[in-house]
Amino acid sequence: MTSVAERLRPGTPTRRWVGLAAAGAIWAVLYQANEPFWTWLIRDAAGMDLTGRAGSAVLFFCADAVKIALLLVGIIFVVTVLRSFMSLERTRAMLGGKREGVGNVMAASLGVVTPFCSCSAVPAFIGFVAAGIPIGVTMSFLIASPLVNEIAIGLLFGMFGLGPTLLYVVAGLTIAIVAGWILGRLGVEKWVEPFVFETRLGGQVIDTTAGLSWDDRIQMGVEEVATILRKIWPYLLVGISLGALIHGWAPTDFFTTYANASNPLGVFVAVLIGVPLYSNAAGVMPLVQSLYGAGLPMGTLLAFMMSVVALSLPEMILLRRVLKPRLIATFVGVVGTGIVAVGYLFNIVLAH
Amino acid sequence: MIIKVLGPGCANCKNLERVTREAVAELGIDATIEKVEDYPTIVGYGVMSTPGLVVDEHVILSGRVPTVAQVRELLAAVQS
Repeated sequence: MTSVAERLRPGTPTRRWVGLAAAGAIWAVLYQANEPFWTWLIRDAAGMDLTGRAGSAVLFFCADAVKIALLLVGIIFVVTVLRSFMSLERTRAMLGGKREGVGNVMAASLGVVTPFCSCSAVPAFIGFVAAGIPIGVTMSFLIASPLVNEIAIGLLFGMFGLGPTLLYVVAGLTIAIVAGWILGRLGVEKWVEPFVFETRLGGQVIDTTAGLSWDDRIQMGVEEVATILRKIWPYLLVGISLGALIHGWAPTDFFTTYANASNPLGVFVAVLIGVPLYSNAAGVMPLVQSLYGAGLPMGTLLAFMMSVVALSLPEMILLRRVLKPRLIATFVGVVGTGIVAVGYLFNIVLAH
Repeated sequence: MIIKVLGPGCANCKNLERVTREAVAELGIDATIEKVEDYPTIVGYGVMSTPGLVVDEHVILSGRVPTVAQVRELLAAVQS
């Protein structure tokens, strides 16, 4: 059985770059033509009134669904290909011998760019700690990796522009650095399962992404696009549908009355709702955009998104293999507090 | 030849096992395929990005699911 990505493999380098350039050009044309096309189809061809409720909701749904799908395809592909030049092994080597403090900053930054799937959280934790990297530094890496996600960075930039994107990156890195540092200071080694420290690393370590050809990297990009879209499309549909409903029908002052920036419980409630939800950043972004359009403050929404991606039950269950419940509870407490603080801070800063 | 598929049982690990079985069948080589799901043992091989593929105690691949053709090439290279 050959996969689609396998059949797409080009024969020669020229074909590869021409094919890639053509795909990029088609993407750009579709992205530019998206909104005018739907406007034409719904207003002129179907004869709906775009200022009316149904018309504006339908336009919002179609144009947004395609826009987000295009953004995701482009961003995931580029990010995966770029990330294929980094690896957990290289990150671990860079972190080796770094003290806490500097180590936390480096670990959080590397967490953003290192390719990482949540199923590797446990082996990575054991591998880092067994190689002598402090627990706190390791935690900074593990917190930053899902929290500051390049796909979310790309989507935020495409939808909201530079300001909110920078806020998100700086806030996420700060949480990862500070939370990791605090966990390190607390001396949490005693709350790590003892077998982690007893693990002996084998002789040879292979760099997982060294020696890949451009064709391999491009194929990985195509496969990653397919994998992520297959995983998150229900979230996207729900998010965009909610957006369309809010766009057409919700009374515009509903959210601004009940969840405005001066509501002292707003951020807290958003985080409480976000923790049991589990999705990656790409999956929640359409919902965030809809709610922002409905008047929810950006700080509350970023806190919501961060709690969805950084704190999740499946990941806690995975980490339970290496961390004792007290450390998991401390981890949730420290990271959750950081997210709530960031939400309130943004609401105050952005309101003025 | 003893082939070990390293991974805690995630989707990628199952895919790697399937791909490996296909490659072994296509090559017609005599090999036993084992699954290693125990974390300390996985990390003991130096593998942090699952899934990993170990042939006769040497890690030949980790962190991604290769194609059947790629596994076939890797196995043929080990064999010769």
